[in-house]
Amino acid sequence: MGMLPADAALLGFARALRAAGVEASAERVHAFIRAVDVLGPKARADVYWAGRLTLCGGRDDLDRYERVFAAYFGAGGSPGPVARTAPPPRLRLVVRDAPAEAGRGNGPPAPPVAALAGSAEVLRHRDFAELDAAERAQVRRLLAALTLRGQARRTPRRRPARRGDVDPRRTVRELLRRGGEPALLRRHARAERPRRIVLLVDVSGSMAPYADALLRFAHAAVRGARAEAFTIGTRLTRVTRELSHRDPDLAMSAVAAAVPDWRGGTRLGELLREFLDRWGQRGMARGAVVVLLSDGWERGDPQLLAERMRRLHRLAHRVIWANPRKARPGYAPLAAGMAAALPSVDAFLEGHSLAALEKLAAVVRGADDA
Amino acid sequence: MDGPEQVRARLEETGYLVDDGLAIACFLALRLHRPIFCEGDAGVGKTALASALAEALGAPLIRLQCHEGIDAAQALYDWDFPRQLLHLRAAEAAGVSDAERLEGELYDRRFLIARPLLRALETHPSVLLVDEIDRADDEFEAFLLELLSEFTITIPELGTLRAEVPPVVVLTSNRTREVHDALKRRCLYHWFDHPGFARELAIVRRRLPGVSARLAEQVTALVQALRAEDLVKPPGVAETLDWAQALDALGATEVDAELAVATLGSVLKYREDAERARGLDLAAVLAARGA
Repeated sequence: MGMLPADAALLGFARALRAAGVEASAERVHAFIRAVDVLGPKARADVYWAGRLTLCGGRDDLDRYERVFAAYFGAGGSPGPVARTAPPPRLRLVVRDAPAEAGRGNGPPAPPVAALAGSAEVLRHRDFAELDAAERAQVRRLLAALTLRGQARRTPRRRPARRGDVDPRRTVRELLRRGGEPALLRRHARAERPRRIVLLVDVSGSMAPYADALLRFAHAAVRGARAEAFTIGTRLTRVTRELSHRDPDLAMSAVAAAVPDWRGGTRLGELLREFLDRWGQRGMARGAVVVLLSDGWERGDPQLLAERMRRLHRLAHRVIWANPRKARPGYAPLAAGMAAALPSVDAFLEGHSLAALEKLAAVVRGADDA
Repeated sequence: MDGPEQVRARLEETGYLVDDGLAIACFLALRLHRPIFCEGDAGVGKTALASALAEALGAPLIRLQCHEGIDAAQALYDWDFPRQLLHLRAAEAAGVSDAERLEGELYDRRFLIARPLLRALETHPSVLLVDEIDRADDEFEAFLLELLSEFTITIPELGTLRAEVPPVVVLTSNRTREVHDALKRRCLYHWFDHPGFARELAIVRRRLPGVSARLAEQVTALVQALRAEDLVKPPGVAETLDWAQALDALGATEVDAELAVATLGSVLKYREDAERARGLDLAAVLAARGA
C-alpha cells in the first residue's frame, strides 16, 4: 500500500512530537498509524486519542502532546479533557552547559598548591569549591569509581542456603530425582537485598560550586544500585534516566539539558512536598534510604519544610542530609531551612569533599555515623 | 465490536462509565491485541476497568497481583511435585519398570499447575489483569514483556504453548516506580484523571441506585471540593462511593456539614487531611449545591 497523504501528515505529527521531547519511537509511530487505520474515518478526536494512547509513555508526555497536537492540527476545541498536570513551573533561563568550573578555568591562574594536587590522598579532603580544572578532572575520575549501596534488608523471598529452614520444594525435587529414596534435606533462608536509595540533589545558586560533583556522585549511585535521583531548585526534576548513561560526561550533559533550573533559588519545602506527593508517598520513599544533598538555604516557609521533613521521616527508613557547608569552620545550622529540617534527619553529614562523600556512602550502607 | 461507541455501550451496561479516550483505548486493545497500560491515582477505576471489560465480553477475569520478588513459579506455572511423587510411587508399586515412559508421564500437562499468566493464555476469551506492575522487579517486567509481545510460553519439558486468541490485557501502575519503556511501548497508555462533577455523579447514581439522588449529588460535590484542596491523598471515585454508601447505611437521605465531618473517615485516610477538611466550610459547599 502506497503512502497516503494522510499517513504523511501523521508521520509529520510524530516528528513534531519528537522535536518537542516526546520519545515517539518508530514502534510507537507504527502503532499510531495502525490505530488510526483501525478507527476508520479520521475524526479529529479519534486521531487525538489514537496518538495519545500510542505515542505517549507517561504523564509528563501528555502536556507536551496536548500542545503539539493543537499546534499541528490547529486548535479546534479541545477534543479531550486536558490532562491536569502539575502547576506550571516558574520558568527560568536555561543554562544548557553550566559545568561548575565555568568562569573558573579562565580565571586567575592556579594557586601554587596545585603542586600538591597530584596526591589523591590530599585531593580526597579538598573542598570541591576550591579545586582548579586539573584537580577537578581527577576528582571526577575518582567519583566515577565510587559505589553506593543501600543498607541491606531482609526480604520475604527465600534463597537456597546451607543453614536455615527446610526447603520443601527443593527437597521433594531431590527426592523425585532419586526415585523417591530419602535424600538430603535442602534448606533455604531469607534473602537480603539492599534498600532503595533516593538522592535529592540541590542545584540552586548557593550550591553551584558543588552541583557538578554531587551529580557525578548521583551518577555513580544510579549506575551501581537501585537508586533514584532528583534535582531540586525552583522545581523538581527526576534525572534517574538521564544519569543512567554509562559515560559520566554524557550523563552530565543529559542532566544539564533536562534540568531547567540551574542556579535558581531553592524552594525546598514545596519541592519536597511535590516529591512526596508524586513519588515518595506512592512507594519510592517507603523503606528507602533518602539522601538530601543541600545547604538548606530555603527561600520559602521553613515551617512547611519542617512539616514535609517529618512526613518524609515517617515514610523513609533513614533520612540522611549531607551539607557541603557543614565542613566550614564555625558552621552552625542557622539557615532557617536547615534548622527546621534537622529534627527529622537521622544523620547529618558533610558533603564537600571526596572523603566526605565516601563517608556518606558508608552511612548509606548502614555504617554508624560518627 | 465494531467501534468505540459499541465498546462504550457494552461497558456502560455493566455499570462502568467511560469517556471517549478510554472507549477508544478499549476498542484498540481489542482490535490490535495490545495491552492497556493504566496509570493514575489510586481509586480512579483502573482495576475496575478490567472487571468491567471481563463482564462486557462475558469472559473470565484472571488477576495477577504483582509484588516485590514475584517470580515465574508464582506468575506462570509450577510442577505439582507431590503429585508427581505419588504417581512415581504408584507406578513403582504396580511394577512399571519402563523408565522412559515413566519420565514422559511425569511431565504431563496434568501435573502442571497453571498460574494466572498460563491460565490466561489457555482460556479464551479471557481478560488478564496485571495489577500494580510497578511493585514487581525489573526482571519480572522483562519477562512479562516477552510474554505480552508473543503471547506464548515455553515450558522446557512440554514445549511452547501459544494462545489461540490473545487475552485482553490490562496493566495497572500506581507509579511507585517508573516502568521500563520497552514494556510501555507494547501498550496503549491511558492516564486516568479524576472525573468531573457530572461524570462522577453519574457514576455514583449508576453504582448505588439505592442512594437518594440528593445525597449522591451532595456527596459528589463535597468530594470534588475536597479534591481541590491540597491533600496528602486526594479521594478517588472509590472513596466517593464508600462515603455515599456509609451515609446511606446511616439512613441519611441528605447530608449536612455536621454529619459530613462525622463520617469523614470514609473518604480521608490521613490525620492531616481530616484536619484540613474540618477547617473547610463544608456548609458553604453544600449550600452552593443547595438550590
